[in-house]
Amino acid sequence: MKIVVCVKRVPTTDVQAKIAADGAALDTSGFQYMLSFYDELAVEQAILTKEQLGGEVVVVTVGPGDATKELRECLAKGADSAVLIKDDAWMDRDARSTAKVLADKVRELGADLVFTGRVATDRDNAAVGAMLGTLLDWATVTDVSELELTESGGTAKRESESGVETLTFSLPAVVTCDKGLNEPRYAGLKGIMAAKKKPVEEVDAPAAENHVQVQSLALPAERQEGRIVGEGAAAVPALIEALQNEAQVL
Amino acid sequence: MFGEARPRGVPPVGPGGDSRPSRLPGRAAGNTMKPFQQLDFLGLDAELSEDERMVRDTVRSWSSERYLPIVMDHFEAGTFPTEVLPELGEMGLFGANLPEEYGCAGLNNVAYGLICQELERADSGLRSAASVQGSLVMWPIFEYGSEEQRREFLPRLATGELIGCFGLTEPDFGSNPGGMRTTARRDGDDWILDGRKMWITNGTIAQIAIMWARSEEGFLGFVVPCDAPGFSAPEQKHKFSLRASVTSELVLEDVRVPDSARLPKAKGLRAPLSCLTQARYGIAWGGVGAALACFDEALQYTKERVVFDKPLAGFQLPQKKLADMATDITLGQLMALRLGRLKDAGTLTPAQVSMGKRNNVHLGLEVARTVRDMLGANGISLEYQVGRHLCNLESVITYEGTHDIHTLALGHELTGIPAYR
Ligand SMILES: Cc1cc2nc3c(=O)[nH]c(=O)nc-3n(C[C@H](O)[C@H](O)[C@H](O)COP(=O)(O)OP(=O)(O)OC[C@H]3O[C@@H](n4cnc5c(N)ncnc54)[C@H](O)[C@@H]3O)c2cc1C
Repeated sequence: MKIVVCVKRVPTTDVQAKIAADGAALDTSGFQYMLSFYDELAVEQAILTKEQLGGEVVVVTVGPGDATKELRECLAKGADSAVLIKDDAWMDRDARSTAKVLADKVRELGADLVFTGRVATDRDNAAVGAMLGTLLDWATVTDVSELELTESGGTAKRESESGVETLTFSLPAVVTCDKGLNEPRYAGLKGIMAAKKKPVEEVDAPAAENHVQVQSLALPAERQEGRIVGEGAAAVPALIEALQNEAQVL
Repeated sequence: MFGEARPRGVPPVGPGGDSRPSRLPGRAAGNTMKPFQQLDFLGLDAELSEDERMVRDTVRSWSSERYLPIVMDHFEAGTFPTEVLPELGEMGLFGANLPEEYGCAGLNNVAYGLICQELERADSGLRSAASVQGSLVMWPIFEYGSEEQRREFLPRLATGELIGCFGLTEPDFGSNPGGMRTTARRDGDDWILDGRKMWITNGTIAQIAIMWARSEEGFLGFVVPCDAPGFSAPEQKHKFSLRASVTSELVLEDVRVPDSARLPKAKGLRAPLSCLTQARYGIAWGGVGAALACFDEALQYTKERVVFDKPLAGFQLPQKKLADMATDITLGQLMALRLGRLKDAGTLTPAQVSMGKRNNVHLGLEVARTVRDMLGANGISLEYQVGRHLCNLESVITYEGTHDIHTLALGHELTGIPAYR
C-alpha cells in the first residue's frame, strides 16, 4: 500500500504573534517552527498502517526550503521518503491552492491512501484535507479518532459535539486525523541517523492562484484584569449587580 | 499564543515543558510556568546540524513530557523512576556516541553532549544515570573490553535491558583513587575480588558493575555480575542532593569471577581515569542544561511577579543578575560546543575537558544559587525547578573530579608543576 501523509510546519505554540507592517501578515521574525500537532498523528497513523499492512510511507509538505527539518523528523519516525514542494510564500497560499498542489503530487505518486491532520494549528482552517479529497474525487473522512483498515477500505469513527459517527469507506481515501487516534512515537536516535540517508525530493511549487486573500489581521482584544468582588454568599449581591450593570449579561 | 495554541483538551504542560502539546499522562507540578524557552543569545543553533538539533529536540520533548511531570515527587520521596530506563534505551540514548554495530546510535559527540544537556535540564539525577551507563560502563567495555565482551554486553546495555554501575570511589579514597584498597587476586583461572566502594550511582539497580581493583599486576578493571555470591549493593540514604538517583555502597566479599570478566586492555589507573574524561565531557554540557532551566525559570518568574507595583524584571538588580547569567551561560554554551567539535576531531585533551567540567558545573551552581534567591520563598519550593537543581549540583560539583581537583589539573597543565600533593 502506498501511503502519503500531507504535513505542514507551523510556528511553535509559544510564539508571540505580531502583525507585520502591512497589517495583513504575521511578523515572523524570531519564529520557531514545528510539525503541526495533528500532522504528528497523521504520520503516526501512516507508520502504524505500514506496520500492519506493509507498504511505503511518503511525507509531502508545501513549505519553505528549510522545512526539510520537519520532514526529517517524519523520516526519523519511520516514513520512507519525503517530498518538499518549495514555496517561499507558503504562508500566503490559500487552502484551495495548497490542496491543488498536493492533489497533483498524490496522483503522481500513485497513492492508495492519504493521511493529513484534522487542522493545522496555525491558521485553524481545517480545509486542506477535505479539499484534497474532493479534488482527488476519493472517499474522504474527516476528524477521525478511531480507525481500522484493510487492503480495500476501512471503518472510522469521528466524534463531534452531537455524538459519535461510525463510517465505512473504500480506498483510495483521504483520512484527516483527530486527537485520540494514536500516541505519536518519539523519533529514536537510530531513526534520526537513518533519516539522513532517506531520500527527500525537492521540487518548486507552481505559482499560487489564490482565490482568497487576507485583507487584514487583528490580535484578539486583551482580556481585562479580573476583579474580586467579595467572598462567599455575601458577595452574591455585588456579583449580580456587576453582571447586570457592568457586564450587562444578566 | 498563536492560533489554536493547544489542541482541544490537551492540558498545559508543566514547568519546563516545551512548546509541543503534551501527549502523555503524568502529573504536572503545581505552578503553571510557560513552556521552556532556551536562551540562545548568539544564535548557536545555526552552528548545529539538522540532525544534532533533531536529537536535542527529541530528548527535550521527552524530558518535558515524560520526566518533568514526575521528577518532583521522586525527588521528594528519594526514589529514581527506573521505569524510564527502557524508554531511554528504546530512544537510543545510552552510549549514543558508540558505533551502530554494537546496537548504539552512532551519533557524533556534539549530539551526545546535547543529550546530556537536555537530560540535565530536567534533572541531574537523570543525566547521571545516563552518563554512568554510557560513559562509565559502555565506554570502558568498548574501549578496554574484548570483542566477546563488547558483543555480550553493549547491545543489551544500549537498550537498557542491562543497567551498569562504575565502582572506583572508596570510603577512604575519592580524589586519590590510586590509594584504593579493593583487591583482585588470582586463584587458578579465576579472580577473587575483595573490598568496598562508596557513592556508586545506579549501584543497587545495576545488573553489572565495572569494578576497579589493585592487584599484583597493577590496577585492573572487571565486569562483575551483581548477583555474584559475596556481592551486595545497599543503597545510601539521607542524601539532600541527587535524591532522584540511586547511590549505593558496593560490598565485595570473596567475589569469584573468571578471567573472561577482566577488561583485557585496561592496565593501570589511566583506564578508569580515561572513563571519567568521557563522562566529564557530558557533564560539561549537563551544567549548561541545568543553568538553562534555572535561567528560563528566573526570566519567566521575574516578568510575572509584581512587587512595588512593577514586574520584578523591571528593576535594576534583577536585570543585572539576568544579564550576568545570560552572559555566563552563553560562554558555557560556546565552551561545550567547542569541546564537542574538538572531541569529534579527535584532538580533545583531558585538561580541556577539566576546564569544561569545572567551568560549566560551577556555572550551573552559581546560576541556581542566584535564581533560588530571585524566586523568593517560591525558590525553596520543589514546585519550582531551581531548588532541585541547586541541591543536585552540589553533587555534580563534587563527583567526576571535584571543582578543586580540576583547578589543580588546570594548574598542572598550565605550569607543568603538579600540586596535588
Ligand atoms: C551523588 C554521588 C554519586 C557518585 N557516583 C559515583 C560513581 O558512580 N562511581 C564512583 O566511583 N564514584 C562516585 N562518586 C564519588 C565521587 O567521585 C567522589 O566523591 C569524589 O571523587 C570526591 O571524593 P571524596 O568524596 O572522597 O572527597 P575527598 O577526596 O576527600 O575531597 C574532599 C575535599 O578535599 C579537596 N581535595 C582533595 N584532594 C585535594 C588536594 N590534593 N588538594 C586540595 N584539595 C583537595 C576536594 O576538592 C574536596 O573539596 C559519587 C559521589 C556522589 C556525591
